[in-house]
Amino acid sequence: MKKSNYIYTKIIILLGLMVSVTVGCERSLSDEVAFATFPKTAEVFIDGFSGGLNYFPFSGSKENAFTVDKEVKYKGTASMRFDVPRVGDPGGSYAGAILPDATGRNLTGYDALTFWVKATQTATLNEVGFGNSFGENKYLVTLNDVPLSTNWTKVIIPIPDASKLTLEKGMFWYAEGPENGNGYTFWIDELKYEKLGTVAQPRPAIFNGVDKQEASFIGSTVIIDGLKQTFNLGSGMNKTVTAAPSYFKFSSSNNEVARVSELGVVSVVGFGTAKITAILGGVKAAGSLTIDASGSFGSAPVPTRAAADVISLFSNAYTNVPVDFFNGFYAGSTTKTTDIKLGADDFKYYTDLNYVGIEFKNPAVNATQMNFLHLDVWSRNATTTDFIVKIRDRGANGVIDTNVFTGAPTGDDKEISFTVPAALIVPSQWVSINIPLTGDIATQKGNLAQIVFVGNMNFLLDNLYFYK
Amino acid sequence: MNKINQFKIQLSQLIPQSILFLLSIFVFSSCSTDDKQTVATFNNLVIADEFTVNGAPNSKMWGYDIGTGSNGWGNGELQYYTNRTENVTVQNGYLIITAKKESFNGSSYTSARLLTKGKFEQAYGRYEARIKVPYGQGIWPAFWLLGANSETVTWPKCGEIDIMEFRGQNPTTIQGTVHGPGYSGGNAVSKSYTLLNDRFDTSFHIYGIEWGPKYINFYVDDVLYNQITPADVTGEWVFDKPFYIIINLAVGGSFVGAPNSETVFPQSMLIDYVRVYKQ
Repeated sequence: MKKSNYIYTKIIILLGLMVSVTVGCERSLSDEVAFATFPKTAEVFIDGFSGGLNYFPFSGSKENAFTVDKEVKYKGTASMRFDVPRVGDPGGSYAGAILPDATGRNLTGYDALTFWVKATQTATLNEVGFGNSFGENKYLVTLNDVPLSTNWTKVIIPIPDASKLTLEKGMFWYAEGPENGNGYTFWIDELKYEKLGTVAQPRPAIFNGVDKQEASFIGSTVIIDGLKQTFNLGSGMNKTVTAAPSYFKFSSSNNEVARVSELGVVSVVGFGTAKITAILGGVKAAGSLTIDASGSFGSAPVPTRAAADVISLFSNAYTNVPVDFFNGFYAGSTTKTTDIKLGADDFKYYTDLNYVGIEFKNPAVNATQMNFLHLDVWSRNATTTDFIVKIRDRGANGVIDTNVFTGAPTGDDKEISFTVPAALIVPSQWVSINIPLTGDIATQKGNLAQIVFVGNMNFLLDNLYFYK
Repeated sequence: MNKINQFKIQLSQLIPQSILFLLSIFVFSSCSTDDKQTVATFNNLVIADEFTVNGAPNSKMWGYDIGTGSNGWGNGELQYYTNRTENVTVQNGYLIITAKKESFNGSSYTSARLLTKGKFEQAYGRYEARIKVPYGQGIWPAFWLLGANSETVTWPKCGEIDIMEFRGQNPTTIQGTVHGPGYSGGNAVSKSYTLLNDRFDTSFHIYGIEWGPKYINFYVDDVLYNQITPADVTGEWVFDKPFYIIINLAVGGSFVGAPNSETVFPQSMLIDYVRVYKQ
């Protein structure tokens, strides 16, 4: 008896606790926590726009491309008519617009945007979709290259993950250009969101389903592209749309090496290997990116020359003189530059090199006492294009005078061009280059202001300095 | 879903058969599907496989057809049937038959076909299985019965009852069919059943027949969608002797055509249970 009493006591205590806990939790919801509910209206255009909708043409498009047509219709009393301009139409080069809903709608109960379409001729509708409201377009969806015929056909644009669309303003958008230079007309009717129940077997993809591998360095970024969602429709046909990054949940296998933002931008932050993958609506996406940010390039040879004999532009071994920039982003240049840090050692990483300029004009470098330019470069891969280094003296006028067509010096400028044969760029090895300050700048090197690299490779740069 | 039919089946467990009979006539005439369906109850479980033991399927119940048969099992099917684990296994309460795209003994695909021939054969009864079908162009899962005398009496005279056939490229429709002498292949007696706002490959469905002397009723879940009687066939009624069960997942063949570049492999057919009842 004692034992069971004890148990009852426990139960009573427990009940008391439960009551008190429940009471503690019990309070009415304040206005702040009430969930906003947005209309679940399905219709976009049946025989006219549903309430709250606007038609905003894209800039540069034919503004009067759209009219309501009461003659041609699939069903009811009217359809949407779109007059695509011919090439050279003064009104605009294409037809395109968004149909935003000012309030926004809750589309979570639907699985597709559908409509009926026909055209005056067979044609390919370039882009059509939803999620475009001239805002963040967080949940933009695009269906490309929709075949149009002269008969009414139904188009189904599956929603990649409807649970995201608790408040969507972009009800519909399209963009279409001339067909073979000619204008034509197409009609859309019964434009609405539907719960078809047959949109199934999702197969999301990033990088178009390709498993990519990339060697990379700290500080570089990669944008995840090829974002797709494919469904099998009730017809048995697969339908693939392009989905905005926000539909996906990205992840990195190693956040110490690479991090990925909500918008699908991968940042390399440490050495090692990381695999970037994604999930859409609980389904693993095909495709991935394996980043190998290895530290295998090591350090460039440590400079041994006395500081007194050196004017350094970029080296951890010396105090550097001011440099305006390491990439002037000159017109036509494809070259990108990234700062890389390995421990206490700094590098510049140049990728997609065609040509790139470094300038140091404030002040210019007086290298009258110097005889050479030194630099160390490291490339993972061999190159078949010679690597050219140009050193420019801007002369007394204080301005870099360049022929914009040839890149050659004009005015009082002098320049030398030094070619490193491609074969000397040994892959995965630090290559030290020493360039004599001779030729045209042998007697004019008091106002050195620019160094230009020309070539075709990705390389690391270290220890860029003039010396005696 | 047909709510009225659902009502009927629930009632069938509760009320005497005579009342049910009257009721069912009323029900069927009221929804004007078929006013002469014979309703019987098959409540005595004869055999069942619930697939509760992981590994190879129970060998006391299931055997295999291996290889490609003659002309792709008579249908130009493209797969090579094996009994390898990668093609057939029981896991987590399901029999899983997987069609793979791989070069194997001269075929481009592998899959599996299980049968109860020589292990379980019965005339009449209620045969049902709960199945989740795969999908895609050229994917052909089936749950069917073949006359147990198929070795001595050639097809189609031995008889064939297709409880469920599914074309992977037509995800909303299944078919129930009988083949016999004078009504086989393209002239078989068949009816399809299509889901509205739903499809078969996204969830499990129960596919079954109620087979008695002189009738075969076809149902999906709680919907009885067809009855075939001797009056419906254009030849001899051969469904009055023991049949055995076949479950298979074919790839390609005359019924579905070949897979194409859009067909996703591997594809798996999941069977939750197979149950056979008698009266």
